[in-house]
Amino acid sequence: MAQLYTRDTQAIFWNNNASAIQRMLDYDYTIKRKKPSVAGIVAPTSSSKFDKFFYGPDEIMIPLYRNTTEAKAAQPQADVLLNFASFRTAYEVTMEALELGGFTSIMVTAEGIPERLARKMNATAREKNVTIIGPATVGAIAPGAFKIANIGGTIENIVQSKLHRAGSCGLVTRSGGLFNELSNIIAINADGIAEGVAIGGDRFVGSVFIDNLLRMEANPEVKYMLLLGEVGGTEEYKVIEAVKSGKIKKPIIAWCIGTIAKYYDSGVQFGHAGASANGDMETAEAKNKAMKEVGIHVPSSFNDLPEIISAVYHELHAEGIIKDIAEPSMNVCPTVRKSKQFICTISDDRGDEAHYCGYPISSVATPDTGFTIGDVMSILWFKKRYPRWAVDFLETVLKTVADHGPAVSGAHNAKVTARAGKDVISSLISGLLTIGPRFGGAIDDAAKYFKYANDNGMSPADFLNHMKKEGIPIPGIGHRIKSLKNPDLRVEGLKKFAAANFPSTPLLDYALTVEQLTTSKKENLILNVDGTIGILMVDMWRSLGYKDEEIDVFIDAGALNAFFILGRSIGFIGHILDEKRLAMPMYRHPMDDILYDVQKAEQI
Amino acid sequence: MAQKAIREFDAKSILAKHWDKYFPGFTYAYETIMVQNGSELTKAAKEKTWLKEKALVAKPDMLFGKRGKNGLVLFRDSKPGDVSLTKATSWIDEKSSEKQSVYFSFEGDTPNGEAKVDMLTHFIVEPFTPHTQEEEYYISATCVGDDDVLYMSAEGGMEVEENWDKVIEVAFPITATEEEIAEKIKKNIPKDVAKKDKEAFAEFAIGFFKAYRELNFAYLEINPFVLQGKKVELLDMVAKLDDTAGFMMREEWGDVEYPTSFGMEEKSPEVLAIEDADSKSGASLKLTILKPEARIWTMVAGGGASVVYADTIADLAGIEDLANYGEYSGGPTTSETKFYAETILDLMTRAKDAKDRDKVLIIGGAIANFTDVAKTFTGIIQAFEGYADKMKKVGIKIYVRRGGPNFEKGLKDIKEAADRLGLYIEVYGPQTHVTDIVRMALAK
Repeated sequence: MAQLYTRDTQAIFWNNNASAIQRMLDYDYTIKRKKPSVAGIVAPTSSSKFDKFFYGPDEIMIPLYRNTTEAKAAQPQADVLLNFASFRTAYEVTMEALELGGFTSIMVTAEGIPERLARKMNATAREKNVTIIGPATVGAIAPGAFKIANIGGTIENIVQSKLHRAGSCGLVTRSGGLFNELSNIIAINADGIAEGVAIGGDRFVGSVFIDNLLRMEANPEVKYMLLLGEVGGTEEYKVIEAVKSGKIKKPIIAWCIGTIAKYYDSGVQFGHAGASANGDMETAEAKNKAMKEVGIHVPSSFNDLPEIISAVYHELHAEGIIKDIAEPSMNVCPTVRKSKQFICTISDDRGDEAHYCGYPISSVATPDTGFTIGDVMSILWFKKRYPRWAVDFLETVLKTVADHGPAVSGAHNAKVTARAGKDVISSLISGLLTIGPRFGGAIDDAAKYFKYANDNGMSPADFLNHMKKEGIPIPGIGHRIKSLKNPDLRVEGLKKFAAANFPSTPLLDYALTVEQLTTSKKENLILNVDGTIGILMVDMWRSLGYKDEEIDVFIDAGALNAFFILGRSIGFIGHILDEKRLAMPMYRHPMDDILYDVQKAEQI
Repeated sequence: MAQKAIREFDAKSILAKHWDKYFPGFTYAYETIMVQNGSELTKAAKEKTWLKEKALVAKPDMLFGKRGKNGLVLFRDSKPGDVSLTKATSWIDEKSSEKQSVYFSFEGDTPNGEAKVDMLTHFIVEPFTPHTQEEEYYISATCVGDDDVLYMSAEGGMEVEENWDKVIEVAFPITATEEEIAEKIKKNIPKDVAKKDKEAFAEFAIGFFKAYRELNFAYLEINPFVLQGKKVELLDMVAKLDDTAGFMMREEWGDVEYPTSFGMEEKSPEVLAIEDADSKSGASLKLTILKPEARIWTMVAGGGASVVYADTIADLAGIEDLANYGEYSGGPTTSETKFYAETILDLMTRAKDAKDRDKVLIIGGAIANFTDVAKTFTGIIQAFEGYADKMKKVGIKIYVRRGGPNFEKGLKDIKEAADRLGLYIEVYGPQTHVTDIVRMALAK
């Protein structure tokens, strides 16, 4: 692959390094990329599902994952891993990604990874044909296409150094700090860079000078290369060999820093861990001399580098090899941005007409649209359009739970409040406030416990034992008066509907085997209406293709109880209106219905 | 620096600690002790009875070799193998009482180059092992290029360098499996290894190489080791550890020390203070004092830029004028930068220039990727405030060049502060070539 990155390249960013990620997105916005360059973030310790970042003036959400495997599964198109793990874990993170496959390059930022681990990581990547950038690097950039994390610095500096669009120089440095400096020098003295890599300062880095220069040789956008080496190591000699053998034909400008090292003992460590000369061949002077001898453009000192760049560039320009570049238009990132306090993903009231999840209200409201209230619930509650059988089921549930007479605690409360002269909303709320673990709450719990038992392959007897140990009566089992012989017709209706319309009902089938066992102990321990609803909801979601984790999120969020709340509100409002129509007086509970047992409070 | 030399005593202790894992078929007595003077040795003899019972060998354990040629191995009193505890004690006291000259290089038995002169402070004492030349073998391992290389020879001892052509080199890629390694070692045992020892040699070499790999040695040499059946003596060892692996090897390495080599100048308190600050910080703070009386001091951000500045000063002014080398990077906090700047200002303002010229302070740096320039400069400004009077007394010209996040504010702040304090300053941004301030400073 001649190009390291393109405008479509997307990365998985390992570690939620917010400021570095924001810099990438600012860059994306500036160069008008279609998609953000970060597809997902691995944040092992975060419990959030996404994080907000700015994309120009707006905010976008980038999904968070617990590990690389999850992230790669969700974002298979992201073929770059930006490994920002610490030196303690960077090795494992890279190895996991290499094992997974599907990455073309992995950038490793940590400095001081144990040498043996770094070597193993680099060798494994090489075998699998994956380009490693680093360790101990600030990264790489393909101007106008993709930029890693902090490389290039601030957006002002990026534009200043012409890193927002491709120029014609291929830049390879060891030092990350001098990378920016050289981009700037190249922007001032030539037309900027086409691709740049800081290979990293540790002794053992993945891709070395020659790997990057050979790729650049093959990249038609690169017209000449600049190599900034360092005292120590012999990597520059591989470049010299490639020039000698004609593998590299494009002009190279090169300089090795650290000429001062010859004056001092090996005891003085100049610069990076990799920068220490073992033998004369590894000194900066020897390397500069050897490079010059094969025709590489070598200045007399770092101070003279600008002149030589200018000379090489102008020669190539005069020969017509380098053409003038039309400056592309850019977006300007606002300097002051305000983070949004709220996020909405279900409806939008900006524009001419409000939408429910992309559907204008007028397109769902009237009967001729074919949308029923169940359709509207499915899009506003679950952000999906459900098939007819599922929508019908949702409505069946609402109708089934709409009311259960005046005596249940919620209806009673609503009636008492209405009789106290309160308005509809107060009365309704007083009724709703009774909904919880003892009244209506069994739907959630039935779904949760039956699903847990079934997921874990418990036999009905195991399940009963398990609940006994937990000390909880099985939610969704038991009725005051109904039994197998005298069945609850609401339950029968739901079961019949499911049998006729659901693709399959594995959890209900399981629950019925549990019911057989419980009713053999006591005949009113039947699967009641709450249980049936909760369990069939799980079956519905499974049939619709939801994953178990998604269903667990629905249950944990209380989505099942929401059906009871919504349905029963219909009944409560009925009772309240009933009270208002009847103009019933204030209710006072009869004193003879209360057991008074009051002792004088003792003094302590 | 990732690779750090350790003492012979520590190298032996690490191997001894894991002996049964790597050398289950061999025995090693691990009779060895490190002392700093004679009385420590006498005291140790109360517990380690072999010190009293056996003839001894004593030598300095201070990261240098050629101890025999330097006359620093005690193995004879009147004849080889007759060194008693008393003799060893008095010899150590004698050798540690005054500075010793040590040559690091020899041609034959003639010293080559200049001697380093320093105190001997650490000695290793072991039993004298009577053995024949044939029983001495050589083995070492290190990383060359991308591979690990194992060196083996039947000619161990002082003359191994002279007989380097007899050393067998076997290279292994990092990904080699244990089986591949074992097979290749078995195939490459030096011809000259005595027939009776061949199998044992291979077994020992396999364990040795495994220990080298798994215990994260960067260099490991035993020269010589003595094979007497299944009994092994490690007569001399040299080792370096990859200290970046320290976090994984805490248990395996135990309490290991990284001494400065013999003859190296003791680190000054300033350098030690910066090292201490560096070890506690997520950022990087480095300082080497080259020539404290010199005129040009640098305070440069970034590993690469700091080298470029040093190169340029050496080119344009000569190394005689360069006082220090160092760098700060990785986004140090304001207080870390302040401490770093104070350390340099303190060193720089202790005396006037011998030729009464102004001193030069180069506050340089490339265009930062993410370090907030204004924030780091705030620390330098705070240091200026404390040292302004001293700086004026000595006479210091300050040259600043820096780019990166918030650099305009940083440059403006530092200029204003210097002007307010009456200090000479020139400031430049990214439009000026990174090292051009060196030229400007020298032109004055």
